[in-house]
Amino acid sequence: MSATLKTETEARTMNGAEIVLQALKDQGVEVIFGYPGGAVLPLYDAIFQQNAIRHILVRHEQAAVHAAEGYARSTGKVGVVLVTSGPGATNAVTGLVDALMDSIPVICLTGQVPTHLIGNDAFQEADTTGITRPATKHNYLVKDIGKLASTVHEAFYVAKSGRPGPVVIDLPKDILIGKGPYSEAPKTAHRSYRPMTEPDAGQIRAAVKLLKGAKRPVVYAGGGVINSGPEASRLLGEFVRMTGMPCTNTLMGLGAYPSTDPQFLGMLGMHGTFEANLAMHGCDVMLNIGARFDDRVTGRLNAFSPNSKKIHADIDPSSINKNVKVDVAIVGDAARVLAALVEAWREEGAGQDREAIAGWWRQIEGWRETRCLQYRQEGSIIKPQHAVKRLYEITREMRQETFITTEVGQHQMWAAQYFGFDRPNRWMTSGGLGTMGYGLPAAMGVQIAHPDALVIDIAGEASILMNIQEMGTLAQYRLPVKVFILNNEYMGMVRQWQELLHGSRYSESYSEALPDFVKLADAFHAKGIRVTRAEDLDAGIREMLAHPGPVIADIAVAKDENCFPMIPSGAAHNEMILAPGQAGGVAGVTDEGKVLV
Amino acid sequence: MPASTDTTFRNATIAVLVENEAGILARVVGLFSGRGYNIESLTVAPVDEARRLSRITIVTSGTDMVIEQIKAQLDRLVPVHKVSDLTLEGPHLAREMMLIKVAGRGEHRMEALRLADAFRARVVDATTESFVFEMTGAGEKLDAFIELMRPIGLTEVSRTGVVAIARGPGGLQA
Repeated sequence: MSATLKTETEARTMNGAEIVLQALKDQGVEVIFGYPGGAVLPLYDAIFQQNAIRHILVRHEQAAVHAAEGYARSTGKVGVVLVTSGPGATNAVTGLVDALMDSIPVICLTGQVPTHLIGNDAFQEADTTGITRPATKHNYLVKDIGKLASTVHEAFYVAKSGRPGPVVIDLPKDILIGKGPYSEAPKTAHRSYRPMTEPDAGQIRAAVKLLKGAKRPVVYAGGGVINSGPEASRLLGEFVRMTGMPCTNTLMGLGAYPSTDPQFLGMLGMHGTFEANLAMHGCDVMLNIGARFDDRVTGRLNAFSPNSKKIHADIDPSSINKNVKVDVAIVGDAARVLAALVEAWREEGAGQDREAIAGWWRQIEGWRETRCLQYRQEGSIIKPQHAVKRLYEITREMRQETFITTEVGQHQMWAAQYFGFDRPNRWMTSGGLGTMGYGLPAAMGVQIAHPDALVIDIAGEASILMNIQEMGTLAQYRLPVKVFILNNEYMGMVRQWQELLHGSRYSESYSEALPDFVKLADAFHAKGIRVTRAEDLDAGIREMLAHPGPVIADIAVAKDENCFPMIPSGAAHNEMILAPGQAGGVAGVTDEGKVLV
Repeated sequence: MPASTDTTFRNATIAVLVENEAGILARVVGLFSGRGYNIESLTVAPVDEARRLSRITIVTSGTDMVIEQIKAQLDRLVPVHKVSDLTLEGPHLAREMMLIKVAGRGEHRMEALRLADAFRARVVDATTESFVFEMTGAGEKLDAFIELMRPIGLTEVSRTGVVAIARGPGGLQA
């Protein structure tokens, strides 16, 4: 029976476009984000003639990739993008690098001129595999229709296994039109790419031994825990609670550990909390799970957590000992590492120095008393922190499933600081690449995956304009995304750095000639709301949330507010700048620091 | 200790077994240029046609941390099967081949021939006013021969770059 079926499948001949769609279906794809063009017309023709896969027409190819990222990050599935050759592919590049930096599984199908024209400077030809080689985890140019199906299957395997990432498949038009055989996903292992997911038992024992002896331990968890799936976050919670250790999350890791848990120290790094950064600085044993010692996290490397033994678990061996030399290296998937740690701790974890750890917590509580995220909302001018905090509190009251995306800048950091996440996959932000214009299309992708959920893009007035055309996509698909703009009429983070590092010379950072966002929403068939006074903020937020369709809420906030705490570039964790009026270390920025971004 | 204190450079000869496919060399070279690693020599050729394998030999230098990073970065390229640090993993042989053209007449010509003999270079082309020598050996030996030829009519040099293999019975397998 199965043999007959197999022969039937093997004998199936289709055109290239049908092969691609069949492979996508077999990989469980339900949605593609794309934009048509000459080179991909055969694929669009095949899409037209089927109903299994839904196509979402974006307004710019960059947005297609960010939408696929939002879809992937909120579901744990692979996001799929379809763009045409030449400008279609080059427009997608920013999205691809964004997905590469944040380890998001995305498949990007790009059209290409027919094989016999490749290299001839044909119309809408670009060397897509050449351009995207450093922008992807891997890429393919399919020149033989016999390998088309297997290439698509392999691309999915590469995109989602190991450290996930974007994969480009470049599809010449003659391959899409030509006839060839279809083959199902192979059951055999990949010839060369077999990432290690199971941690080494000896390294787990070494880690537990160090942690058991720790007097001032800290757990520092990142996006790898999110990428590993919800089980990893559950196990992280279990491990942190059973060991009684403090836990901090990176920007990418927010939601991996519940923000409302008393053992959570908040986010760490450049705009992390006082307590998280000082705990990192003062710890004697650090357990890093699925984070990569990014420069936003470490600050000045030679002053980073100077007296600690460091344990680093990562699925990507190249992330280990890249920036920071560690004492115990564990290569493996975060969930498997955490499961192994939980099990080993049950067997060998007894005998912690509870007194020392209680003392460590007393020290941490002392740092917490600084209340580094405290702000004073006085008068009518809305503090941006207050706007985010109220948004968080009001959405919590509503008890609706809520997903947050952001653009990039001050508003992004305030969102990270003041919006709490208790579960993974609810927070989508451009961490590694820092791509302005990410949030709106990412929110689109999230809303497609979760039609009944509340999806909010916390934005700045400058970032939102970078992919504002996607308001059209929201309208077309009736996606009720809420765009919550903290409008301070500045590229706020640029302005902040100019204030702190460049003598308050605000070179080109003022948002001149802004559109009327209410009219702009109206033009895109959405609802527009403008709030200018603190006393109207709650009503504005409620009005936004109550509206069943897409909304732009333009919140006029204090123009010169800075985002604190801040570890200035080139400074160490214990040289944080706090908000004016708060006690703590204050560091000047050195010339060396000025060079850093 | 932090990276900044690790400043001793070492050389490394790295053998990489890869899928013999379009773009693989660009991937490796792009990795080195994109991440700012040194390449002192890079050679590549198919070594197993049936299994579609090529072998790349890279000579590079850096701190231990950088060299470990280079190996990890190479190893995570999808078409890479194996990465081996020949310098670290035990004794190995490294050889380079060179074709070198020397033009001249009279005593210079005779001297070139005598030195070539001493260096075990082979004459692979000769005219009444020139020789092409073929020579294989360690890079320093080739360098020395080039320096000797310079004053007596060195015209052109073509070198392959280093190929290397570990001593002993073990082999680098996909």
